[in-house]
Amino acid sequence: MNATGNRHQVSIEADPTLPIIRMTRNFDASPAALMRAHTDPELFARWVGPNGMETEILDWEARTGGRWRYVARRGGEEYGFHGCFHEVGDDRIVQTFTFDGQPDGVALETLRFEDLGDGRTRLHAQSLVDSFQVRDQWLASGMETGVDEGYAKLDALVAELR
Amino acid sequence: MYVVFNHPVEQEVIVADDQLSRVFAALADPTRRDMVARLAVGDATVGELADPYDVSIQAVSKHIKVLADAGLVSQSKDAQRRPCHLEAEVFDLMTKWIERYRQQAQERYERLDALLAEMRGDERRTDHRPAQGAAS
Repeated sequence: MNATGNRHQVSIEADPTLPIIRMTRNFDASPAALMRAHTDPELFARWVGPNGMETEILDWEARTGGRWRYVARRGGEEYGFHGCFHEVGDDRIVQTFTFDGQPDGVALETLRFEDLGDGRTRLHAQSLVDSFQVRDQWLASGMETGVDEGYAKLDALVAELR
Repeated sequence: MYVVFNHPVEQEVIVADDQLSRVFAALADPTRRDMVARLAVGDATVGELADPYDVSIQAVSKHIKVLADAGLVSQSKDAQRRPCHLEAEVFDLMTKWIERYRQQAQERYERLDALLAEMRGDERRTDHRPAQGAAS
């Protein structure tokens, strides 16, 4: 089995009543492996992306009460991010996220690794931001780099409306 | 962290789109979501929309105005009944934006898939060759 043969899709839900984005995604890996890929700085830097950007970890203490800081580079551009690991448990990570360019803004991120058995895991990721305006900016930010094709459904919201 | 924010980078550059914000704000109200669901079935007058709720026509008109300002609903000007009509294209626009955002997350997780596959390979090699270096 190879990774590219498995195209698990991300599903995204924008809560209409709270400034939250929820994502779920399945992986062909154990919760422990997924946890390692999120907490080992060398591994984390290899996938966090985005495509075409280099990630350098500057500070990394993946434990309850720890902190993190990294910078993403592409050509002459450089963007820094930092936050705290509020809780690093067996199956979840609770942490904050701030873009250095907007130091007053902070998002609260909760990641949960649900064991599906047979070496499969479902990641539940939730981000709570300061306001609907910020949340919608995040969503709209996809316009800059996303692809033009491939319309899919905004499952949760549109389903609710039908 | 990354999970949602792969690209706050672009967030700096982009001016928030007012329409998207208005759409989300309009849909934040459960009564308005109900009305949109009702209009998805077919056009309806303000009176018909008010029927299932214990609210005044005026209150419903206010909700309709919020939905109209967001571009979600239109009302024909000339017809006497002035039925409300759902503008489905706005949902298409919203869906398209969110799909682009989703696509970025998808790319990120495909990189993670590759890494996890590699980690599995490493484990297997370690399992099968506990005495590393002994063969040489």
